[in-house]
Amino acid sequence: MSYMKSNIQRILLPLMLLSMIGLIAMVFYYSPSMYDDAGQLLDKSFNIFFIHLPIAIVSYISFMIVFISSILYLSTSCKKWDHLAVSAAEVGVLFAFLVLATGSIWARAAWGWYWVWEPRLTTSLVLFLVYIAYLTVRQSIDESDKSARLSAIFGIVGFISVPLSFLSIRLWRSVHPVMFGDTFYGTAGGGLEGTSIIITLLISFAAFLLLFAGILLYRYEIEQMKDEIYDLKSDLEMT
Amino acid sequence: MLKSFHIAIKDLRTEFRTKQMLNSMIVFSLIVIVIFGISFSDVAGDMEVIEQLAPGILWISFAFVATIGISRSFSDEIKNRCIDGLRMCPVDTGAIYTGKMLSTIMLLFIVEMLVIPLFSVMFNYTIQGVPELVLIIFLGTAGIVCVGLLLSAITINSRSGELLLPVLLFPLIIPVIIPAVISTGKILAGGSISDIIDELRLLGVYVIIFYVISRILFEYTIQE
Repeated sequence: MSYMKSNIQRILLPLMLLSMIGLIAMVFYYSPSMYDDAGQLLDKSFNIFFIHLPIAIVSYISFMIVFISSILYLSTSCKKWDHLAVSAAEVGVLFAFLVLATGSIWARAAWGWYWVWEPRLTTSLVLFLVYIAYLTVRQSIDESDKSARLSAIFGIVGFISVPLSFLSIRLWRSVHPVMFGDTFYGTAGGGLEGTSIIITLLISFAAFLLLFAGILLYRYEIEQMKDEIYDLKSDLEMT
Repeated sequence: MLKSFHIAIKDLRTEFRTKQMLNSMIVFSLIVIVIFGISFSDVAGDMEVIEQLAPGILWISFAFVATIGISRSFSDEIKNRCIDGLRMCPVDTGAIYTGKMLSTIMLLFIVEMLVIPLFSVMFNYTIQGVPELVLIIFLGTAGIVCVGLLLSAITINSRSGELLLPVLLFPLIIPVIIPAVISTGKILAGGSISDIIDELRLLGVYVIIFYVISRILFEYTIQE
């Protein structure tokens, strides 16, 4: 098992590096200049979009993993789901922070402020806070079984509160562009046209997905080793 | 359902015997309102400013008071291992949760109904639309308590105990606080029930979803 995983890692690492270099090169040299609806040239700050969007999607994926593996842990009590949940949560918090950071930098350049209280931003912040709280739950309970069970409960409840807070803030208008689908009040800018942009976006999405998978794999392994050490220690205490 | 009422009545009876929690919640909310009163004393005469501040002040004090009420509801059961007694009751764990929820909502509601006249006096502010306001406060409190009790059952197992509760609670109750604050603002500004129907619906959805989920998950929090 562990031999196979090290093989995956051997392939994953160079792939990660290559795709990242490729992404940076594409963002700066391949992607065309962007124009807004009125046909005006957008600022170079738009380039951060190719990093901001994939990171956001990856952070959603990781919280989805936390949610699903929490449910599976409660129903099967199998340790590996708990390990997956904690690894995904930690990596997810990292990515959620990066979403807020890149978003704020872009907002400063495009809107003039670092932060605006509007739906998308607030929900991202709530998401970040909920999973910080999730990690706090884990840390504050010593017994590993109990900590796994209780944090799985929090993982489920926390995930559900996020679409709700999105709904609750949707009562306001949003200034954040909507990339996919329409809002309640018609299109709000955004929208993607041109193959070169789509290609750059796909490459960047693949790069961040690989990065996420890589970190998650390493984190999961650490969690398994921790568990082994814990078992060995308790065996020693028994004898 | 009847069994949850029994548990709720048991909780209320023990509480009214000592009134320990009720007293501390009332004093605490008084202090919160006084602090706001002092910090906004410059604008206390200006009705328009107060009208904008009022929803925020009210809901901050409600949320703070709720953390006290919720954290006590389970930590009291830890003493003398009462929780084991509850666990051995020939009732569904869902009934324990519902009973606890009813009693906590009841206590918080009493305190909140005292806070409102207090606020009105301290800020020289005439509150309008009281029946609508009571409805919003009831739904908001129910939403906070629904998810709060589950978290309280989680935190009694943790090292830091009740200290952890606010950290877990506040991010999760943001979907309650936002519509509650918006609708309170609309009512205080002279709106009618038809103006706040969207917010009320959202509060209702939140209460239902979190009640159902917490009731299911509650079983896992108190098992040994």
